[in-house]
Amino acid sequence: MPTDAEGLTKERVLEAYRTVLQARALDDRRFVLNRAGKLAFIISPRGHEVAQVGAIAALQPGRDRFCLYYRNFAAALACGFTPEELMLAAFARAADPSSGGRQTPGNFGSRRRGVVIGSSTVGPQIPKAAGIGLALQWRGEGALCYVSFGEGATSQGDFHEGLNFAAIHHCPVIFFCENNHWAISVPQALQVAGPGVAERAAAYGIPGVRVRGDDFFAVHAAVAEAAQRARSGGGPTLIEAEVLRLQSHSTDDDQRAYRDPAELAAEALQDPIPRMRDALITRGWLSPEADQAMRDDVNREVEKATEAAEAAPEPEPASLGRHVYADA
Amino acid sequence: MPERTLVQAVRDALYEEMERDDRVCVLGQDVGLKGGVFKATEGLQQRFGAERVMDMPLAESSIAAVAQGLALEGFTPVAEMQFADYSYPAFNQIVNEIAKVRYRSNGDFSCPLVIRAPTGGGVRGALYHSQSPEAFYCHVPGLKVVLPSTPADAKGLLKAAIRDRDPVIFLEPKKLYRAERQEVAQGEAALLPLASAAVVRQGTDLTVVTYGYMRAVTMQAAAKLSPDGIEVEVIDLRTLRPWDVEACVRSIQKTGRLAIVYEANRTGGFGAEVAAELAERCFASLDAPVSRIASPDVPAMPFSPALEHAFMLNPDKVADGLRRVARY
Repeated sequence: MPTDAEGLTKERVLEAYRTVLQARALDDRRFVLNRAGKLAFIISPRGHEVAQVGAIAALQPGRDRFCLYYRNFAAALACGFTPEELMLAAFARAADPSSGGRQTPGNFGSRRRGVVIGSSTVGPQIPKAAGIGLALQWRGEGALCYVSFGEGATSQGDFHEGLNFAAIHHCPVIFFCENNHWAISVPQALQVAGPGVAERAAAYGIPGVRVRGDDFFAVHAAVAEAAQRARSGGGPTLIEAEVLRLQSHSTDDDQRAYRDPAELAAEALQDPIPRMRDALITRGWLSPEADQAMRDDVNREVEKATEAAEAAPEPEPASLGRHVYADA
Repeated sequence: MPERTLVQAVRDALYEEMERDDRVCVLGQDVGLKGGVFKATEGLQQRFGAERVMDMPLAESSIAAVAQGLALEGFTPVAEMQFADYSYPAFNQIVNEIAKVRYRSNGDFSCPLVIRAPTGGGVRGALYHSQSPEAFYCHVPGLKVVLPSTPADAKGLLKAAIRDRDPVIFLEPKKLYRAERQEVAQGEAALLPLASAAVVRQGTDLTVVTYGYMRAVTMQAAAKLSPDGIEVEVIDLRTLRPWDVEACVRSIQKTGRLAIVYEANRTGGFGAEVAAELAERCFASLDAPVSRIASPDVPAMPFSPALEHAFMLNPDKVADGLRRVARY
């Protein structure tokens, strides 16, 4: 079992677990606020949180680069965004650090944290990450670029172009696919030919790994191995983390309209957060009481973040034309 | 000063800027040992190595995306699209990603790079090596668009584009690549500012706003009108976004008449924007309707010499159009 050898101390794992709880509690609150008409649009990480935080915990925010996608709410927290900052984005406030309220809240960006500003189209970050990886390789400081996407993005030409380029030049990139088996309403069977995403790595001559996305330690180990490979000049890795989408695609979608109710009910019982909690309790790192105390603490934090963000000012209308070009 | 063709001037600009700043790099298909299909990068890889002058896979989206990744990391990439017609697979990267990086990150990120592409027809290039797509890119806030027509302008403006803090689409009229030689300054003396038009022929009766290969055609047309007592003032825009509105306004205030000559097909072309803006600004000065002289609205320029000739504007067609405006 990987522990201290990969920097996975008890403290770091508990910190990661707390990040997972933050993501869930913030997301629950965002849904309530959406239904109350206070937030326009949310994309939930529900079911992906453990995989996202497990992956980022194996990397070095501040040193590495992160090209995230719109479901990476928990990953953003793991990269250092605070609950208040993510709530500022949800309310589209001026102080939203990613875009000052310009983008929908799933487009994370922060230069000082190495989180490269995203957009809402699917897949363009994949070849962009290859280019960032090339730059990091040229600089030779051992940093890497992590890029994540859903299985729907693997249908894009940019998926092929990015993996092909990164593999040709041995760029230090980790391609992390969060396969939740649904791209809005289109199931994997109509999206991905062949057995899955990981197998596609073979075509580029790079390692492809499939991992259970509800297993924090398994995800962490897979990403840590890929990071070691990238930092030592061994080139890119494609990782496919199998996860469940426990919420609809977005607040504008209702997956009950197109998914089997029995399947949804069964998946609801496979929430990765209780699984992580149980693993930590089994390991003796967490007690039920400590778990409850952590959840209470996180809930207070969410409360505070929500109040602060809601009270924060909106962008000045006069700022609409700023930052189109360097001199404006 | 050495005499240079337009394509040699492009190559010189790249060479000088790469010598001046080791962050400047070149990437594209066949830009390496071959030196580009038009020889615009001849000798660069031999001088600067295979990293700084990188042959890319035949995939335009990743050419733009890798350039973007390098720019986000502080390099200054000059990407070559082999033909402007082939920039469309990169359209999402250019329009949704590169052009919007600064805006969508509220100024936290920027993406200064240059995308060069040969543009326009008249070389038996047929439908897919002859297109003039400048209007697509001129429509996009966040991009700058340059389209020079002489060796000196090409060199001076490309050097300025490479030093610019925003992304620049740099379109080179391929029919002019070897059409003339001209004395071209070296080093800093060659530099020209973007967004500055040139009055290339003085006249009193009619203003023509044009750019690219159509400058030469318009100059020949103007010479045909002179014996009839019609003196045409010709303005070469050189930079299309942002364009030099004031230079055009000053000329129209003198002549009272305006025609725009452009090689792209008529509807929705950049000349339509010039016509609309100048009609609005100069209504009180105008003695005749603003006229566009452009290519016909067929999908692209055909291969057959007879059809290519029928498509292309030439001095006679332009002279006919200008005479109508002058005599209105």
